[in-house]
Amino acid sequence: MSTPAESPRALVIERVFPHPPEKLWRALTENQLVAQWLMKNDFEPVIGRKFKFQSEPVPNWDGVINCEVLIVDHLKRLSYSWITMGVEFIVLWTLTPAEGGTHLRMEQSGFGPDQQRAYQGAKYGWQNFLGIMEKVLARTD
Amino acid sequence: MSMPAARSKELVWRKTAIRNGVKFPLTTHNRLVMVLPMTPANTNHVFRALADPTRRAIFEELTRKSEQTVHALTHFAGVSQPAVSKHLTVLKRARLVRHRREGRETHYRAQPDALAPMVDWLRDYGAFWRDRFDRLESLLEGME
Repeated sequence: MSTPAESPRALVIERVFPHPPEKLWRALTENQLVAQWLMKNDFEPVIGRKFKFQSEPVPNWDGVINCEVLIVDHLKRLSYSWITMGVEFIVLWTLTPAEGGTHLRMEQSGFGPDQQRAYQGAKYGWQNFLGIMEKVLARTD
Repeated sequence: MSMPAARSKELVWRKTAIRNGVKFPLTTHNRLVMVLPMTPANTNHVFRALADPTRRAIFEELTRKSEQTVHALTHFAGVSQPAVSKHLTVLKRARLVRHRREGRETHYRAQPDALAPMVDWLRDYGAFWRDRFDRLESLLEGME
């Protein structure tokens, strides 16, 4: 079975930025900087810290995303839960030095408390499920 | 904060569209990008139904095999029959499965079309994050 890191199945966005990891880390962890590109927030890079992202409210949604910091691995990894409208996701940022800059990877996965097990490669993890979903949908077309 | 007239008009249009239950693709650059704003009644049922690993496993099993009895699913899931029945009720509410009775057995089959909210989720969040990466890139340009 493929590990989440190798799986193309989660929602993963990657890009190489021509900037050092130190600079990306600041943009990811200083809440005033985060507000400029992601959303207003009261994030602090402290494990267990509960914080909110506040986005523009729309009908039927107050625009609030409730989060808790899960991983702070200086210049390498940052992760928080992402709970909105009763659905819980996990957002994981991974920074890797790359030629001429930094490779940034964002992985959003989730569906609640079994997430940690999904990371350890549980049989019915989220990653695996997305793959099955792809297959099922391919068949119904 | 002032807003170009065209953009403000579009926001009004989009908000009206959401109220009327219309779906449309997300914009990609520096505009209002919505995160799960659309709540067809069934969306939360689908997400909650699939939040549980046992339910996910049962659903997956049903997509592999055309039809299964509660008995067979109980054997597959390795939990009690009342537990399986409870899981099936949740899946049924999300319209992820359908059932029919035959004699003393109830047969279940998967309804993969009900996965549509998850497919929408992937598409919408994909657009959301790509837009935010663009904004991050601009921010980094301006940082020392």
